[in-house]
Amino acid sequence: MAVPDDFREMFFVECGELLESLANGLREMEEPGYDKETVHAVFRAAHSIKGGAAAFALTALVTFAHRFETALDQIRSDRLLPDARVMAVMHRCSDCLADLVGAARQEDEPNTAQMTALLDELDRLSGEDKTGFGFVPLALDLSPPVPASGLVIRFAPQPDLYLSGNDPLALIHALRRLGPAEVALDASAVPLLEDWTADECHLRWTVTLTGNIAPEVIATVFEFVEDCCEIGISPLSADSLPAAEEPASFTPVPILLAVESAGDPADETAIAEPASGPGPQAARAVAAEAGATIRVNLDRVDRLMNMIGELVIKEAMLSQVIDTVGLSDNLDVAAGLDGIRQLADEIQDSVMAIRAQPLKLVFQRMHRILREASEATAKPARLITLGEQTEVDKTMIERLVDPLTHMIRNSVDHGLEDEVTRQRRGKPAQGTVTLSAAHRSGRVQIEVSDDGGGIDRGRVREIAESRGLIAPGTVLTPTEIDQLLFLPGFSSKQEVSAISGRGVGLDVVRREIMALGGRIMIHSVEGQGSTFSIALPLTLAVLEGMLIQLCDQTMVLPITSVQETLRPAPSALHGIGQAGRVVANRGDLIPIIDLGCIFGLRDQRASLDDGVLIVVETDSQRRAALHVDGIVDQRQVVIKSLEENYGRVAGVSAATILGDGKIALIIDPEEIVLSCAGDAGLVPRVLSANG
Amino acid sequence: MLQSMSYNAAGKHDFIAFKLAEQDFCIDIGLVREIRGWTPATVVPHAPDYIKGVINLRGAVVAVVDLSARLGFGPSTPTQRHVVIITLHQGRVVGLLADLVSDIVSADEMQMQPVPDLAADPAREFITGMITFEDGRILRKIDLAQLMPTPQEVPV
Repeated sequence: MAVPDDFREMFFVECGELLESLANGLREMEEPGYDKETVHAVFRAAHSIKGGAAAFALTALVTFAHRFETALDQIRSDRLLPDARVMAVMHRCSDCLADLVGAARQEDEPNTAQMTALLDELDRLSGEDKTGFGFVPLALDLSPPVPASGLVIRFAPQPDLYLSGNDPLALIHALRRLGPAEVALDASAVPLLEDWTADECHLRWTVTLTGNIAPEVIATVFEFVEDCCEIGISPLSADSLPAAEEPASFTPVPILLAVESAGDPADETAIAEPASGPGPQAARAVAAEAGATIRVNLDRVDRLMNMIGELVIKEAMLSQVIDTVGLSDNLDVAAGLDGIRQLADEIQDSVMAIRAQPLKLVFQRMHRILREASEATAKPARLITLGEQTEVDKTMIERLVDPLTHMIRNSVDHGLEDEVTRQRRGKPAQGTVTLSAAHRSGRVQIEVSDDGGGIDRGRVREIAESRGLIAPGTVLTPTEIDQLLFLPGFSSKQEVSAISGRGVGLDVVRREIMALGGRIMIHSVEGQGSTFSIALPLTLAVLEGMLIQLCDQTMVLPITSVQETLRPAPSALHGIGQAGRVVANRGDLIPIIDLGCIFGLRDQRASLDDGVLIVVETDSQRRAALHVDGIVDQRQVVIKSLEENYGRVAGVSAATILGDGKIALIIDPEEIVLSCAGDAGLVPRVLSANG
Repeated sequence: MLQSMSYNAAGKHDFIAFKLAEQDFCIDIGLVREIRGWTPATVVPHAPDYIKGVINLRGAVVAVVDLSARLGFGPSTPTQRHVVIITLHQGRVVGLLADLVSDIVSADEMQMQPVPDLAADPAREFITGMITFEDGRILRKIDLAQLMPTPQEVPV
């Protein structure tokens, strides 16, 4: 059985989803010609949060959600026009609601000041007295009149109803409270004991209610179970038959679906509303979409992922064994093995697809960030999101929130000009920040672009010189100047602003992105704006690697950092002093690092006559040639944590398991190159100033 | 997980006894997950000399501690006859390389004795107690917490 804490957690998880759809709906409402159903959806979200909060006695949340819901209802019933001013308040209400939910989850004190201020504003908008709203049970006389003098409700629970802890008896009691009722049980579908399965439902009830009751009222009784039972409501007529004689299956009567789609009639302020809106078809489609997902604990998916990693390894081992016993020439064996390999690949892809989540989850949160940044800097701005359906690994989604938040703030604060400047330059007063995502050649590309003034390279240079980040008079290309923004300690704003100048700069963003295995680039056109592009790997679980031989060990080098491999002519090799060696490659001198020595696998540097040089470039644009004994293969490897059971190893980012079941370490070229920068010398380009 | 001691039905503690350089050692059975034969390990750079490397334990990366080297008997040259005792201690899975597992023994509190004060022998700091038997056999009880390198010992 679930303990109350589980229910609580479930409520907050659901709240997260509801808040999302709420914020989404509000944004849709700003578009011209929005669907009326959107308003209903927003209203329902607020209402559901209120309902859940009441169950957990979260008073502040209930009070606020209730007031918010009332305002939404006024919009819904066209008593309040959702103009820009109203929508701004609605957005802030949605933010405040999210904060209240967050506070309740952490069991913190809610921010009452913010809440009270918003409540006042809501009051002003609706021009109504606060005291007029309270928790009044639904009064029947507010309901629209129904022609029939009674209703027949057919009700067949589905297993989910029981699984979610609902009790048909309670529902029937609720119906009986509405008026004189006759309840009939249809047990005809109950099978013989030998065919009986415990988790199937065979019982149906027919409740005949007499009196003047609106179908909407009935709908409120089934409000929380409508997804997990069949309900049919029809007016009582002379030929209505008791349930036992009804056909075993019946379809829901359209009127209920229409009522559902018209919104939640439970609200006491609801005025009589025609049961219009999208037809039953649309309502069903929405329900199907919602029912098509399940919530799965991430641990389970990870376990599955691990087992598939194992499967791939076992498959490789098996084919090795078959090779050694000389069966590989047998066509049947080869075909069977190929089949297994293909299946294993497909399963691996499918599981990775489970872990993949649309970027929408992050992008949605950025609307609020932009709104707050725009308010704080008094620069009107809007956010356009494109390609939110692009999917990336779940872990990555979570770790993208901080860098993107920072970049959006940066775009508003530093990118966009103020209103006056924009008008002078003939741009619309409202700035635009575009957040887009797309799959590009096996990577995910996310771009944050603004239509602001672009990077003022003269000022960037000035600042970098004044902070001692570069030597005065250094010759720099525009791209190199742009790169200076990523140096730690660089902040182009003179005064520290509340928005993006919190002592952290773009260097932090770059570090985060690099930690995810990605790269970040800037493209800027003066007067037209700047674009920050982030290229990310599709998943954190698998890496495309080059398998190298080093003494008797096999190691993996991430292919993303490999630029080229060389077998240099002796004339291209030069010694510098006692220890330094460089290779001349197309006019560049690249320092050589002997990996075997770095990892302590051999004491003496290997002769450069043997082995291969692999030129790597790190994200900080340092280049080095790694000397290895040989290149074995190139393949996808599953990343395994080395820190979980052992600890961090310098120059190694993780481990993986090879086809023969042995472990290979994955080299971190960035760390290797950095650690050698001191003695190997000759680090090209300006960024060495950052040492 | 069993934290310190596991009791068997007779109210005694169970231990896995193993041999190392002709001496008998033991470890609480509650900490032992499985025992497997030695398979070549992947060398970990910059590791202390008593870390034989890392092995693949059904998809997890597990470090193997060479007990012989750790206890000061000098590094062992593992063969297929050597065993790796897989232990789970404080959430970390660690393999212990031993010459051979000899027995599972039961012992009660009466048989436990503190470690006699010896001169600073490297083994002294890893042994938390002695278990004596009537036939004169002595088991040295190993403390897992001390075996693995502390974060300071692993160079970063």
